[in-house]
Amino acid sequence: MSWISKTFSSSIGRKIIMAVTGLFLCSFLVVHLVGNLQLFKGDNGVAFNAYSEFMGHNPIIRTLEIVLVLGFGFHIYEGLALAIKNRAARGSQGYVSNHIEQNSSWHSRSMAMLGSIVLFFLIVHLYNFFGSLRFTDVPRDANGNEDAYSLVLEAFRNPLYVALYVVAQFALLYHLLHGFSSAFQTLGLVHRKYTPAIKFLGYGFSIVVCAAFAAMPIYFYFFQ
Amino acid sequence: MAGSNPNAKPMNLTLKVWRQQNRTTQGNIVDYQVKDISPDMSFLEMLDVLNEDLLRRGEEPVAFDHDCREGICGSCNLFINGRAHGPEQGTTTCQLHMRKFSDGDTITIEPWRATAFPVNKDLSVDRSAFDRIIQAGGYISINTGGTPDANEIPIPKDISDRAFEAATCIGCGACVASCKNASAMLFVSAKVSQLALLPQGHVERKTRVENMVAQMDLEGFGACTNIGSCAAECPVGISLENIAILNQEFLAAKATSNNLV
Repeated sequence: MSWISKTFSSSIGRKIIMAVTGLFLCSFLVVHLVGNLQLFKGDNGVAFNAYSEFMGHNPIIRTLEIVLVLGFGFHIYEGLALAIKNRAARGSQGYVSNHIEQNSSWHSRSMAMLGSIVLFFLIVHLYNFFGSLRFTDVPRDANGNEDAYSLVLEAFRNPLYVALYVVAQFALLYHLLHGFSSAFQTLGLVHRKYTPAIKFLGYGFSIVVCAAFAAMPIYFYFFQ
Repeated sequence: MAGSNPNAKPMNLTLKVWRQQNRTTQGNIVDYQVKDISPDMSFLEMLDVLNEDLLRRGEEPVAFDHDCREGICGSCNLFINGRAHGPEQGTTTCQLHMRKFSDGDTITIEPWRATAFPVNKDLSVDRSAFDRIIQAGGYISINTGGTPDANEIPIPKDISDRAFEAATCIGCGACVASCKNASAMLFVSAKVSQLALLPQGHVERKTRVENMVAQMDLEGFGACTNIGSCAAECPVGISLENIAILNQEFLAAKATSNNLV
């Protein structure tokens, strides 16, 4: 089966891994966002806690969680490894004068840096919520569900967390503005008929998803 | 001089030129003054003037690559003021004219930078990595014999146009030089899509893309991150769509070729 390992260790194969895992993580963002919108319901977290209890204990979700961890793992590992490989390909002697800003956008060149900010956020975010819910005993609400809503309230009283969460959404926004359509280009799904639609969809997706996520810490800090 | 502009004033310029003795030594930027440069000169003619000055002074002239000076051979390769082939779009260094600069300008001139493109001397760069990629698959094998009739193989006009667009790649390496990852994918994709589009290229279609991509990786070029610098700087306007075609061809070849190793 060496042709498989050769395919996915080649430069194009590794980019395909980035594209497929990237789009998979985009689908995760949608699920995560839709679930979290229940935070805005104004029912003191009854619906959100029920949803959180389901996501934490349903066997199908728990299985998909493993796929999600693998998706993150491959995307992060390949992303960092490719960034290092690409830097080596550029060579130790750089240009004395290089006006790369005249031929490409800042965010498209900063994917590794933006991704690293999102990774740092991800670690803090897992510590804030996932870690507490999975590995500690969390008090239960009136319906007997783990009170995840109180964890959210508690975390977003801290202005440092609020600031980090909002900054991370900006990093994610710029990461997605390039990443979404870039993934389709890598997969060869480019055509003058539908590529403009993919670009438009990518911009809309990035802005809506990141704005909605950023609204959560801001809402809880200022209005709850 | 025929075609010259009688009102054009000669220019005096400061050049910051990368000088490097050979592959193993460290190089550095050296400042030179050039005087009375006609705006009608090409960039390479301006360097010829500099080299004549240097020879008169008993100094070693600046080595740089050039051949046809007509914008079709792909030999000239200078990174001028932070841009591959200089500030003008869709132009090779030899077709860049001094009228694009102003009297008193300082111009920084550097060689292409990439691990796979070592500097031979001064501004001259070893781009034989591209030759080895072509040798790995950038060709079609045909039997010699009687001359085939023209239009014997029907090819739709839009396909032949797209193949020709890709075929205009002159292999200058501006894509590698301007890419932040020193990726050669625009060059490889131009060759792969040119041959994949045409029936003559179909016989070796799968092995071609597999071998060319393997050679590209072996030479130490980076991976594409779709930033688009290459297409923006390409003197003949090869588009990013070719890289998408390369990715398709690669994936299809890997999934269906009989090459199991």
